[in-house]
Amino acid sequence: METYSLLRQFADSWMLLFLFLFFVGVIIWAFRPGSTKAYEDTANIPFRNADKPATESAAQSEAQK
Amino acid sequence: MSNYLKLLVLGVLTIFFMVAAGYARDLAYQVHAVILMCVAAGLFLATLRKTDEPVPVPVTGEYLDGVVRAGVVATAFWGVVGFLVGTFIAFQLAFPVLNFDWSEGFANFGRLRPLHTSAVIFAFGGNALIATSFYIVQRTSAARLWGGNLAWFVFWGYQLFIVLAATGYLLGGTQSKEYAEPEWYTDLWLTVVWVAYLAVFLGTIIRRKEPHIYVANWFFLAFIVTVAMLHVVNNLTIPVSIWGSKSVIVWPGVQDAMVQWWYGHNAVGFFLTAGFLGMMYYFIPKQANRPVYSYKLSIIHFWALIFLYIWAGPHHLHYTALPDWASTLGMVFSIVLWMPSWGGMINGLMTLSGAWDKLRTDPVLRMLVISVGFYGMSTFEGPMMSIRAVNSLSHYTDWTIGHVHSGALGWNGMITFGALYYLTPVLWKRERLYSLSLVSWHFWLATIGIVLYAASMWVTGIMEGLMWREVDANGFLVWSFADTVAAKLPMYVMRGLGGVLFLSGSLVMCYNLWMTVRRAPAKEASLSVAVPAE
Repeated sequence: METYSLLRQFADSWMLLFLFLFFVGVIIWAFRPGSTKAYEDTANIPFRNADKPATESAAQSEAQK
Repeated sequence: MSNYLKLLVLGVLTIFFMVAAGYARDLAYQVHAVILMCVAAGLFLATLRKTDEPVPVPVTGEYLDGVVRAGVVATAFWGVVGFLVGTFIAFQLAFPVLNFDWSEGFANFGRLRPLHTSAVIFAFGGNALIATSFYIVQRTSAARLWGGNLAWFVFWGYQLFIVLAATGYLLGGTQSKEYAEPEWYTDLWLTVVWVAYLAVFLGTIIRRKEPHIYVANWFFLAFIVTVAMLHVVNNLTIPVSIWGSKSVIVWPGVQDAMVQWWYGHNAVGFFLTAGFLGMMYYFIPKQANRPVYSYKLSIIHFWALIFLYIWAGPHHLHYTALPDWASTLGMVFSIVLWMPSWGGMINGLMTLSGAWDKLRTDPVLRMLVISVGFYGMSTFEGPMMSIRAVNSLSHYTDWTIGHVHSGALGWNGMITFGALYYLTPVLWKRERLYSLSLVSWHFWLATIGIVLYAASMWVTGIMEGLMWREVDANGFLVWSFADTVAAKLPMYVMRGLGGVLFLSGSLVMCYNLWMTVRRAPAKEASLSVAVPAE
């Protein structure tokens, strides 16, 4: 089989399946249990550290919370 | 020690460009060799002055904002240049006498048009993206930019790319690919700058203190990586001579056309959409002072957008030598793109839910919101125009130009203005903007300008599309091409006036930002974090 047909066949079978499953996986991942709470923290990132970078100790105490 | 190495490299480069200017086979190459020679010699002198001098201690405890300030200035400057050239060429189309005899060959419409498109997309938009991405990645990673002065290299390297591209267009150094006009050595230089940009951005993300990567950074990263890939593949050329600007692309015929529009449409998808969505996901929450409406939706928005956009390019090649299956694929993916585009628009707009009253008092927020509105409008129009039957009417007409401008002026322009209005007081530590009523003036000038522009282009585009295809009872075409040109004059004048309004709005903005830095009260006492004395 020449390269074109080989790549074409791969693209519309296994690669298509992989990309589709990956995308479905992303949606399931976004709605996993506990995600609402985790994303609440992530969505508030812009409202922290506006003036200067976090120091090591501040970052650690943040992580322990 | 490293300074000695730098001196050696810069000295060799200066001599090389001197030789290149002598051997140059064409004018564009010669002028570029002289520009590069001056830059290399200037850097040589600057490095020489620093050699064997004490090295300043690197700062670590604060953000690197100098480069963002420079980016804000460059964005405003290139914006005005790009809008000015655009307005001028709009009047050149309406009144061909503006293609003066004395300027033939460097300032006629054909030479100025790529200057306009590149100035607004790559100089105005690109500087806005680099500046805001550097600002946002530091704040959302709680880390200083990685790589020290590498960020400054990215900034100045990008300005050099812009100067080389712009002068090249005027002197005829172009590879005639839309939005990818710069010739091979300019492309190589942009690749170097872009890799440095990726390193700075990724290095900062890797050093982040926040456990999660905020969604704006995902969009910026997708933009940087994809543009690198598109730029390299679409510019795989072989120079005819190392002493000339002419080069030949490796892709033959229809493959070249496909690669070009794969590049061209993803310049829209990743440069003008993904990158600017990164801005949307930071500046709208900040200005409205509330987190994004749905973070889950933003994740799905991101993956859906980047999975779909990359396939939409073939819709630029309906009714060409491209196989039907490929252009159908591009059309279908373009239509599916309605979903993530509108998902993102809804996410941006709904961030204001419960705070809609702020639109009445905050013209900066109004600017950000109308940009998302224009985003929704042009991402509805675009997929519709990609449908083969609609495309047979719209393609090659001014409808396309109207569509591009409602997206570029409305979405990219307005969100960049909003970002500049947000950044200037913060970066220069001012209490507030100099004048909010001037922001309102800018808002209305720009909005009315866009409406005039888009409306006149719809009318003239659909009109000429219908005139081109009209046949009489015997099957003969009713109109000659010149008939359509004559019929378009009133709309072309109207479009030029829209450009004048948009340009005046941007001048009002520059005055306002300048006065903010000069006159607005300084912000010293109210820093939200106490800074320890050192």
